Amino acid sequence: MNAILEVENVTKTFGGVVANNNVSLSVPKGAIIGLIGPNGSGKTTLFNSIVGYHPIDSGAVRFQGVELSRLRTPQIARLGLLRTFQQTRIFGKMNCVQNMQISLPHVDDGFATMLRRFPHEVTERAESLLEFVGLYAKRNLRAEDLSFGQQKLLEFAMALMNEPATLLLDEPTAGINPTLINGLIDRLKRANAEFGITLFVIEHNMRVIMNLAEHIYCLAHGELLADGPPDEIQSDQRVIDAYLGAH
Amino acid sequence: MNGGGKIALYLGLAVAALLVPQVPFLQPYLIQFAFLWVMILFAMTWDVMGGQMGYNSFGNIVFFGVGMYATAVVQRDLYFTVEEYANVAGGEQAALTPAEYLTGLALGMGIGGMLAVLIAAVLGSGILGLRGHYFAICTLGLGIAAGELASGWDYIGAGSGLVTPLLPDALGERGPFFYYVFLVLAVITFLVLKRLYAGQFGLAINAIRDDEDKADALGLHATRYKTVAWCVSGFFLALAGGVFGNLVIFIDPTDVAFAGPTFGVWMVLMAILGGKGTLWGPVIGATVFHLTQEFFWTYLFGWQRVALGLLIVVVVVFFPLGIVGWLRERWPQRFGEMVDEDARRVQVSLEGER
Repeated sequence: MNAILEVENVTKTFGGVVANNNVSLSVPKGAIIGLIGPNGSGKTTLFNSIVGYHPIDSGAVRFQGVELSRLRTPQIARLGLLRTFQQTRIFGKMNCVQNMQISLPHVDDGFATMLRRFPHEVTERAESLLEFVGLYAKRNLRAEDLSFGQQKLLEFAMALMNEPATLLLDEPTAGINPTLINGLIDRLKRANAEFGITLFVIEHNMRVIMNLAEHIYCLAHGELLADGPPDEIQSDQRVIDAYLGAH
Repeated sequence: MNGGGKIALYLGLAVAALLVPQVPFLQPYLIQFAFLWVMILFAMTWDVMGGQMGYNSFGNIVFFGVGMYATAVVQRDLYFTVEEYANVAGGEQAALTPAEYLTGLALGMGIGGMLAVLIAAVLGSGILGLRGHYFAICTLGLGIAAGELASGWDYIGAGSGLVTPLLPDALGERGPFFYYVFLVLAVITFLVLKRLYAGQFGLAINAIRDDEDKADALGLHATRYKTVAWCVSGFFLALAGGVFGNLVIFIDPTDVAFAGPTFGVWMVLMAILGGKGTLWGPVIGATVFHLTQEFFWTYLFGWQRVALGLLIVVVVVFFPLGIVGWLRERWPQRFGEMVDEDARRVQVSLEGER
């Protein structure tokens, strides 16, 4: 299988706490891969390590063959590896369309680009993506006026606007009401199928991740505990123990 | 406001601004009106960083002083040697022809502006990585350091200051001359900023203000935008400083050029008073601030600083978003914004319950 993202023996410690210990995994191009694990098992730390939010202690992260461990977050984002945040981060004082416009890929931010007004096509694309996540009616509202769930959707739309090759989603359905969740799963799948975006998803909602991912990695205490297809993971005794605290 | 109304408003303001020097009873106050434009320039340039980008800078006064000194030094060295100048400044004034005066002023402002851009770029690459309070404190240090440096540098007059050439008679009275120069400078600055805010630059610095980590995560060249923003701010401040030196004639290093405790603080206050992060806020804030300050000086002499302090307290407590910010929260539709009233209400009631 052709891996777009490879994590090799990544270790990250904070003082005496080993948040990631020798984690290796790979995300094949075009796939939807899940990452699960109990609270504090190091999932978000692994995401942060991948996108260069903090330096890693040892190991290697490769994206499309490029070594990432020496690059900074914006550089990695410009390579096409994007992440969304667990707490949801949007630009609150700007309206939804503006949030989308500024999420354009920033590969070239020369002076001409800085000074330009947004072409009509950009606004159209922004609006069609807002339509895609079901926020078109709210497009002129300030992002801070949206509900938490809507902000999650906006953040997802912003990520799509950025045209990433791979998207790391940190709990995309947390805080979203159950009716919206089904719609979101559907949109994640469509983003994967229609826009060809590889997805790597942290998720606590087992129903969501079992529906979504074709392969799941499970972390516990910073170490890779198990990996396999959803059915296998679901019945894996080690995974069940980790979640129930027997580990 | 619709398009027609907007144009009418802009035209009305332009005509009023142009006519001020023609009104007889305003004649004695033209220098005050020139100061008003300077205040507006202060607030507008500060707001690029502090308002639109959310980087509170207390060191912008550095660019003002740099522009002022650069212009004065160019004006001096273009037509005099330092000794000659020191001698004439003591007794008779250094007389320049109008052409010489204007050449020196223009060239000086150009060089001052470029110097400010250079300084902003170099300093920016060093300290724009700092965030929030750390950046603010660091810039506070810059302003103080610049004043101390200027006070100790003989070439620019050190602590005894520097005298700028007098305005030649052929160019008319000081009042109207500096009124128009500052008017033009303020209008150009306003239009340039308006244009910058309307494009990708404006959204990018707004994004940095709202959540810089998110901007980073989207691949935005945040450092580049921040540096350019500071350069723009510094450039126009330096131009203003260049003319300001000529307006007040005598440049004192800490009281005029690098006047952190007065101008340096006022520019922050004016932007906040009017509504930071809005296009018109700094203009309105500076106008209100300057007018009230003048009234306080006239009618509450002795208590003028106390009154000013009270005004600031009232504004911060009751209008934390500033005048324009307050208006915008009240009537968002007038500002071309939409608000989800229900969402707001839910949020407010939730906060109330906590």
